[in-house]
Amino acid sequence: MSFKATARDIRGITVVDVSGRITLGEGSAMLREMVKDMTGKGQVKIVLNLGDVTYIDSSGIGELVSGFTTVKNHGGELKLLNLTKKVHDLLQITKLYTVFDVHNDESSALGSFHS
Amino acid sequence: MTSQPKRMDVTLESIMDSVDLAEDIILRIAEASGFDDEERHRIGMSVREGVINAVTYGNHQNRDKKVFLTIEMNNGRLVIRILDQGDGFVLADVPDPLAEENLLKSSGRGILLMKAFMDEFAVVRGRTGGAEITLVKKLPAAN
Repeated sequence: MSFKATARDIRGITVVDVSGRITLGEGSAMLREMVKDMTGKGQVKIVLNLGDVTYIDSSGIGELVSGFTTVKNHGGELKLLNLTKKVHDLLQITKLYTVFDVHNDESSALGSFHS
Repeated sequence: MTSQPKRMDVTLESIMDSVDLAEDIILRIAEASGFDDEERHRIGMSVREGVINAVTYGNHQNRDKKVFLTIEMNNGRLVIRILDQGDGFVLADVPDPLAEENLLKSSGRGILLMKAFMDEFAVVRGRTGGAEITLVKKLPAAN
């Protein structure tokens, strides 16, 4: 299942529903371009809903990290929502679980942004 | 009676498509060997990361260079070797992705994942140069 992402705005916060594979090549590149595009438009409060992400490799993890840094450098926040066990385990192994703000439900993710 | 060792040799081009191909091959072998979903995922990802490293960092995507993938089953183990035709590398020289200063880097986690997902991981200099990664997973017990 290839990478797909659809964005929706909720009270000034961009929730991106991501599905498919975030891997070296197409998926990672599309994620990178998407975050770059959003920050370029001033959308710096971002929640990546990864509930339907079936697979992520180290390149995909790298793009999540790049996205986190990019958004932070633009004065914003990028948070993660609905991690599958596989993604959760990867973030644990790479110690990135302590870096990202991870949520299990959308309302708590939305409510966690600093004004 | 011990079973005969089984072996498959695959020569891969130094292109990104080889990553998906190698992963697909090992997933099919892992399934046929009786690994469960979680273990198949770990094995597949390990091979994926190993081939990415071989293609990208070993061979620098040079089409004149190959990646040699060897898959063997013997003595109750699945042994995977990935050999590139690059300059080789020293494991101790690879930055630790868990170090504070490296945590937010966008790359460098492949070896960490291979070590975490496989029972054994090793890197040696290939017989003709390059780096040879060895990944080992104990085969599931026969039903």
